[in-house]
Amino acid sequence: MSTRTELLARLRTQLPKAGIWDAGPWIELRPPLAALRKIAAALVANFGCEFATLVTEARDADDSYMLLYFFYQPQDSILIAIRLAAGADTLVPAIGSQVHAAAWHERETEDLFGISFEGHPFLGDYVLHDALWPERLAPMRRYFDARLRVAGSGAGAAWQPRRILQQEGAITFPVGPIWADYNEAGLWLLETPGEQILGGLTRLFYKYRAVEKIAEGLVPDQALLLAERFSGSAAFAHAYAFCRALETLAHCQVPPRAHVLRAVFAELERIRYHAATIAELAGSTSLAVGKSMSQELEEQVLRLSGQLCGHRYLFGVCIPGGLAQSPDAGALAALGTGIADAADEFARLERLFVHTSSYLDRIEEMGTLRPEVADLYGVVGPVARASGRTVDLRRALPYGIYKTRAPEIPRETEGDGYARLRVYFAEIRASMALIQTLLTQLPDGPVATSCPPTAGAALGWTEAPAGGTFHWLRLDENGRVRRWRIAPPGFRNWHAFHRALEGAAFQDFHIIMASFGLSVAESDR
Amino acid sequence: MANWTLTSLARGIRTLHWPRNADLPPGAVPVRLHGLAAAPAWGENDASWVLRTEGSRGPLPARFRHSVHFRFVDAGADGALIGEVRLLDAPPYNLHRFGIFVTASPRAADVLLVGGPVTEAMRGPLLKAYEAMPDPKRVVAIGDEAIDGGVFGKSFTSAGGVAEVIPVDFIVPGCPPPPAAIIQGLRAAAGQYEAAAPEINGVQDGASATVSAGATSPASPAPARRPSGDKP
Repeated sequence: MSTRTELLARLRTQLPKAGIWDAGPWIELRPPLAALRKIAAALVANFGCEFATLVTEARDADDSYMLLYFFYQPQDSILIAIRLAAGADTLVPAIGSQVHAAAWHERETEDLFGISFEGHPFLGDYVLHDALWPERLAPMRRYFDARLRVAGSGAGAAWQPRRILQQEGAITFPVGPIWADYNEAGLWLLETPGEQILGGLTRLFYKYRAVEKIAEGLVPDQALLLAERFSGSAAFAHAYAFCRALETLAHCQVPPRAHVLRAVFAELERIRYHAATIAELAGSTSLAVGKSMSQELEEQVLRLSGQLCGHRYLFGVCIPGGLAQSPDAGALAALGTGIADAADEFARLERLFVHTSSYLDRIEEMGTLRPEVADLYGVVGPVARASGRTVDLRRALPYGIYKTRAPEIPRETEGDGYARLRVYFAEIRASMALIQTLLTQLPDGPVATSCPPTAGAALGWTEAPAGGTFHWLRLDENGRVRRWRIAPPGFRNWHAFHRALEGAAFQDFHIIMASFGLSVAESDR
Repeated sequence: MANWTLTSLARGIRTLHWPRNADLPPGAVPVRLHGLAAAPAWGENDASWVLRTEGSRGPLPARFRHSVHFRFVDAGADGALIGEVRLLDAPPYNLHRFGIFVTASPRAADVLLVGGPVTEAMRGPLLKAYEAMPDPKRVVAIGDEAIDGGVFGKSFTSAGGVAEVIPVDFIVPGCPPPPAAIIQGLRAAAGQYEAAAPEINGVQDGASATVSAGATSPASPAPARRPSGDKP
């Protein structure tokens, strides 16, 4: 309590014009438009805040809208929001140059809502590719009918990549959206004068399925299906964050057994996600046996999940108010044994990797994301923790069982591929230890309570395997989704990805991409 | 320096005998169906994971049976499906023993494996990839989203299934279908496995199972048997 009052007092002294008040779940700032940039910059620079997400809500009647810039203060676990109300002709200043992590959020808002941000260097051709969609389309506005294909789709302007490198003989080498491997659809434009990649441009949203738009008007149970399926590989984490927003709205008390089991499932998902990343990383360096061993472990965890809850990717497990069902004692015992076996195998695999100098040659000092660059882009998850940032929502904004049982957060400072590999293994170790502890202390009782849809707006968050995710949810008075904003970790980390490419050789591109362990589906929504 | 060769040899063969034997372990197949679009007609003891579409061109000509090359195209698939596709050539499943191989370019592919509801931005690339393939060619759509859009349905950015853009010959329902099911889809296109007739959402009685999986083909004696222990 005291830290919150102290922070409020400090905010009031240092930012007298910010219009500060305690809104309950978060501290809200309502500054005048002109002070936005200064205040956002001060939150990050002077108060140690991290940018969380930008939420935009358009109103029905007029063309006005509301912007909510969410930040969080990791030391004191406090959420801070800057609220702006604006009309159709308001020129909102871009904060991307002060808080660089927000730059992509602004691009997305501009594309989907048609809101222009003053002073933003790169607007347009982002979510809605210029070559596909007519100009001035704003699909997230409420009048837009999402069910129909837009007239003129696919017949837009011819798109040319922005050329940054000005050097004689330099070429732009496109990679994607269909790959020679099983990679996800996305386009990377690598600028090079020959062998070295001097700059890269990430072009995403080839997989844009407009989840936030098509969810409008759905009941929460239907939207929950979307929350699991837009990402798939981190289904439980997103379902968990979505359910937490609903539970906040309904003031629903999740039973203790469900809290513990949710953490068990979330950590199980993290282990599987990282195992897949380790497999990809080994595969990208053509270390076939290492890849096969990692894939076997991934498959082992997938089967454990299947036996535990009936679905290999934990779909349909998390529901508002708790869990769909409790695994029986036999399944939980099998999980304990399975995890113990897998722990030995992971330890063995890690020993093999760190004793393979030819492998380390490929990943050491490769794809380096320097700590100051990681800070600038506000990267999250294992990528951040390999670059010296210890951001983890399980500690920064603890929820569920993590309030009393904060997990170990591994940290490396080199920021290269090897540091990321070590972080993946360390997180797997920590998650396995946490699951084993939780299994011995599992309380009895029900695993779900009633959670009726309640009108209002709330923010839910979890630490997904790739980093923190935020779900902003507003339900109308009929209990249907009115606005749902997903801020997935991939969206944050792809922003910084091209910085790790600079100076790398062509054949390293695939290795760097694998070492980031990011999902395009999760980022594109 | 780790000796990977010896490590690998010491571990022995890790591949399942499936589908020759019914040794798919519990958890290799999801037992609860969450897919909204198509519930496959699963009998008591056999799993027909692959269905022919209405306008299916059938399997590739017989000369392709023991050597088929495929290309995977992600047309908006979720990460879980990509994860399962990446496991196709993992040791437990070992796709290559069926004579089915991945190829880098659609120009060298006989089968196109497509996942996802086909987003607006992937419509063009998918069509180009299909047109670049030499005849004869087949398309296998995997996952509920690829069949009819699944939860994403039909919208301004989702075509609502692969069949809206290119002809589809076989579908593999599931959200996501496990690697074993995707392999059966590829085998169906190769003519190693006879896919069931389309019977989507049909509640079927176990006796009249539409599966006739490979009874005529020596390469695939019996359809996969679901272990009895994995019922929900």
